Order: sequence, then structure tokens, then C-alpha cells
Amino acid sequence: MIDSTGLGRERLLRAYRNMRLIRDFEERLHVEIATGEIPGFTHLYAGQEAVAVGICEQLGDADYIVSTHRGHGHCIAKGCDPGGMMKEIYGRRDGLCHGKGGSMHIADMAKGMLGANAIVGGGPPLAVGAAIACKRRGAGNVSVAFGGDGSANQGTVFEAMNMAVVLQVPAIFVFENNGYSEHTGADYAVGSKDLTGRARGFGMAAECVDGADFHSVYDAMGRAVARARAGGGPTSIEAKITRFYGHFEGDPQKYRAQDEVATLRESMDCLKRFRARMRTDGKLGDPELDAIDAESLALVDRIVAEAKAAPPPSEADLYTDVYIDY
Amino acid sequence: MPQMTMRDALNQALHQEMERDERVIVLGEDVSGGAGGTSGEREASGGIFGVTKGLLPRFGADRVIDTPISESAIVGAAGGAALAGLRPVAELMFADFVGVCMDQIYNQIAKFRYMFGGRSTCPVVIRMAMGAGMNMGPQHSQSIYAMMTAVPGLKVVVPSNAYDAKGLLIQAIRDDDPVIFLEHKALYPRKGEVPANPYTVPFGEANLVREGEHVTVVAIARMVPFAERAVDSLAKEGITCDLIDPRTTSPLDIDTIVESVEGTGRLVIVDESPPRCSLAADIAASVAERAFKHLKRPIVRVTPPHTPVPFAPALERAYVPGPPRIEAAIRTVLKET
Repeated sequence: MIDSTGLGRERLLRAYRNMRLIRDFEERLHVEIATGEIPGFTHLYAGQEAVAVGICEQLGDADYIVSTHRGHGHCIAKGCDPGGMMKEIYGRRDGLCHGKGGSMHIADMAKGMLGANAIVGGGPPLAVGAAIACKRRGAGNVSVAFGGDGSANQGTVFEAMNMAVVLQVPAIFVFENNGYSEHTGADYAVGSKDLTGRARGFGMAAECVDGADFHSVYDAMGRAVARARAGGGPTSIEAKITRFYGHFEGDPQKYRAQDEVATLRESMDCLKRFRARMRTDGKLGDPELDAIDAESLALVDRIVAEAKAAPPPSEADLYTDVYIDY
Repeated sequence: MPQMTMRDALNQALHQEMERDERVIVLGEDVSGGAGGTSGEREASGGIFGVTKGLLPRFGADRVIDTPISESAIVGAAGGAALAGLRPVAELMFADFVGVCMDQIYNQIAKFRYMFGGRSTCPVVIRMAMGAGMNMGPQHSQSIYAMMTAVPGLKVVVPSNAYDAKGLLIQAIRDDDPVIFLEHKALYPRKGEVPANPYTVPFGEANLVREGEHVTVVAIARMVPFAERAVDSLAKEGITCDLIDPRTTSPLDIDTIVESVEGTGRLVIVDESPPRCSLAADIAASVAERAFKHLKRPIVRVTPPHTPVPFAPALERAYVPGPPRIEAAIRTVLKET
């Protein structure tokens, strides 16, 4: 198991680059969605970057994740092509899912990304199945179910957690507790107020971490992966975090106090916290992180321009990929 | 050729496919049973209908997985395992239980291939026992193939005999699409000739069970042996029928049905699911679109009433279409106007 103190410069730069790209990707979508050019509706991940990246930095392509409606961050962190993602969000033919899925269904099997999922609680049963496959393969791979405090109240998630314990499969349940189940507070909707205690009740190891701190998430995930590989079964990781935007773009967020987001953008910004940590540890300097910031913005500029210019699917595409053969 | 029950034919198909391909796993409630019990009898069940019997001793608990009563997790785990490279055969016990895991069936496994733009396949088989006739009451007796057929992305199989059951199950396991495999409970003991070696029956190819010239009869699952009795009885009077068993409702071999109606001009459809939005309605609509000018009489649908399946034997007998109703329907379409 690698803990965060063992991370070298390249790995730290990559972690920052991915967190930065997720932030810029989402901040830019926030602007572009307001123009009306992006079809449908979109749920932004900005604010939660350290969770996706902290978890996925412990994984390789042969490990699996199952994501949520708020999935752009998980996709980028797991290695999906951001250009293909942006085209998918714009509904283009050359999007990662050829425009058939959209923002809430981005998937890339080659990267072990088994799909974002528009049904809250739809993913964890699938992650248990991928974990069964990992166990059978016997190569030490793991399967991760991302979810939020909202999905934590779904019966499907309870079923998945219990079955993972019963079968002792290498599944890791990550609950990104951003405080809101859509427009309803987790302090209201989670009856026990304690997701981690509830997970422990299923008979699995469970811990709660500061989701804005990359290092804490990474280390918790390291412990979970080590446990899964040693045959110790599933783990629950609750990451306390916030989202910088609404449930979906256009959500007026009347359920949040007026200064809440502004305050949290100061105290819970994982990018600021990461930079501060690098200064303290002396591992990375501000100039190299500034360079990543500039590259990231340029990359987002480019993929947005490419997505806007890309062709839409043709009507013939409507009929493809329903069945392998019929 | 050996005679075998449909139950044993399905069991043999599972054995042979698990032998052939180690990616095939079986999971569900009591597929072996006995896990955690006090008797020490590890295969205490072999499936409530005995279809999975003998798999655990042969293939072990890593491939024959007893699960909690958690249908969403069973179907979801099968779907996730399929995305990750296995070929799971999940058992839902009673078809009625799809209600608690419908999301995993119609939003998840059915849609992966399409909404991921062809980036994945989802080779899952979900076996379930359906049908009335055993006094199991409203929540253990339904025939749900119409509901499943309505979902794009699912293939739906409804075998009526042991030979088809084995070949269709092997085809289902080898198929790269998700397959809903519906086994009529009352047909498990039905015997037929079944070759010992593995073979497949292709999807979307109807079986012409009887050949005739006066009426086309389409029947599904348990309605096939009932229709055979009605058709054979009428043959003694010189009334002959094409009896068509579609074998799969998705894909549906509508061409064979339309061609037959072009010859007979008369159509009776026998369907055990409730009449509204049923297979009978679907087939009738397709035939009306494609062969209207050939129809000499209105199409007749033989179905249960649009009610839940009742428990009391007297009521259930009245609910399920039987040979006398089918025979009466055939006589109805033969009446001259």
C-alpha cells in the first residue's frame, strides 16, 4: 500500500492536474450551459475534485468504478478522454458514447469506467458484480461504487452493501456527502445522521474523511484497497465535502444560506488546500502548479471549441447499438 | 433420442455451458441453498424448481453463488459482472419479483449497450419462473413477457417444450445481449426428446408446431400444448391449422405469422398475459398492418381477463385459457359472415 507520504513529484503533479482539469471543465460548463447551447441538464462536480482524484489515484485501468449523475469528475479521474467527454455532453457523434448517453451516462470500458448513472442508487449493485468478476479473476483488482448522501438512502445500496459483505468481494463504497440530496439536506434525509456508522452496521470497515483533502482521501482509499486485496472484503468511505453549484445547472439553490457557497469556496477548496500542503511539504512549487493551471485552461478552451465544431449524430445512428444482433 | 423434462433439459444446458465456458456463473436465491444452515447439507435446494441442482457440487461456490433475497443486487451484480467480462446467469425465482428490481432490468442492463454508444455488451441471462396454474396466487403466477418485450435492449425467451428450452438457454448464455428467460412453471415436468449434446435454437425463429390450411393459431409458452390439443381435436373434423410457437417474443418472428395468415386468412392468438398491451395485441396490430387484405374474419385473441391472477382453484381455472376456449375461438374465426 502506498500512502500519500510516499507519493513522488510526478504522481502529485498528476493528481493536481486532474483536480484542476475537473474544476476547469466544470466551471467552463457552468458558463457554456448558460448560453443554452448544451442540450438537456447537467450536474456539476466542482468542489468535490479531491474525492474523485484521491480515490482513482489508487486505481488502474483494470480496476472498476461505477459513477453517478454527477460523474464528470469520476470520468476524468479514471482516465476518460476529456475531449470525448465534452463532445458527449454536447451530444456529438464522436462523443465517448456517440451522443447516445450524454452527461449522465459517460462510460469507457477500456478505462474500467462502467458508466455514470442517472438513477440514484443504480450503480452500487453493478459495482458488486464487477467486484465478483475481480474476485474470480484473482489479480487483486477492486471495484468502486461512487454515490452521495442521497444514494445512501436507497434500498438498492443497502442490498449491494449487504451482498458485498456476504460474498466478501473487493467492493469499495464511496459516499460523497455533500450535504444535499438534490434540494434536501442530508441532516434531514439521513435518519441516523451518520452514514459511516450505518455502513459499519452492515459489517464492513468504514471510515469518514475530509473530502476536500486529497491526502486524506487517498490514504483512506489505500487502506480500503489493501483490505480488499488481502481478502478482507468491502469498505465504506464517507467523504465530507461540498458542491460549489446546485443540484443541476439552473438550480436556484434556495435551500442554501446566501453566503454558504462563498464561505465554503474559501474553506473547502481542495485546490487551495493542495497548494498549501505542497508549500508546507516543499514537494511542489507554485510556478509548476501555475503552469498546470494555464495548460488546463487551454485544454478546456480547445475541447470546448472542438465539441462545438463537431458534427451531430446522423439519423441512421438512432438504430445502432440497441442489440448486438437481432 | 432420450426423453427428458423441461426442468432437466434446462439443468443440462446450465451444466454444459458452465463446463464449456468458465466465465459462466450462476447466482440467485437458493440456487444451491443450504449456505449457513444448521444441517451441513450444502446443496439443500438446487433452486426452488430444481433447475440449478448439481451445479454447486460440480462447479463450486465461486461460480454457483447463493445470494441474499436482494433482487436489485442480484440483477445489478449480474449486470456489473457482465460489464467486467463474466457471463452471469441470474435466477429471480418467480417472475413476479421483477417488481423489486425493475430499475436494474429496464434502466441498467437493457440500456448499457445503447447509451454507452456500443462501448459495452451486457451478456446477462435472467431466468425466472412465470405463469398461472399452480394456485400460487396473484404475486407468484404472472406471465410478464409483454412487459419485458416492451423494453428495447432486452431479448425475451418463452420456451414451450424441453427441446427448445435447452437450445434457447444455451443460445441465451452465448448471446451478447441481455436475455430475459421465462420458464413456465407448469411446463417444468413436460417431457420431450432432447439430444444429449449441446445445441442452440436461434432467437427470432418461430416453430411451426402443426401445419394446416384453415386457421393460423399463434400460442406462447404453456398455451402451445393447450393449442396443440385444440388443433388436434379439430383435425379430426377436417379443420386444420398452422400452429405457430414464436419461442422468443423479442425478437419476434412476425414474418412467419404474416406468411401463414396470407394463406389462411384467419388468425387466433393465444396469450396467457392480460389482454391490454399484450403480445396478442402486438401481434394483432402487426398482422392488421401487414396482411389486412388477406384477413377473411376479424382476428380473435384468447387471453385471460384483465385481472390479477386469482388464487382459488375454481377461479384460476376460469382465468387461464384452456383447450376448450382455444377450440371455440378457432370455430369462431371459421364462421362465415
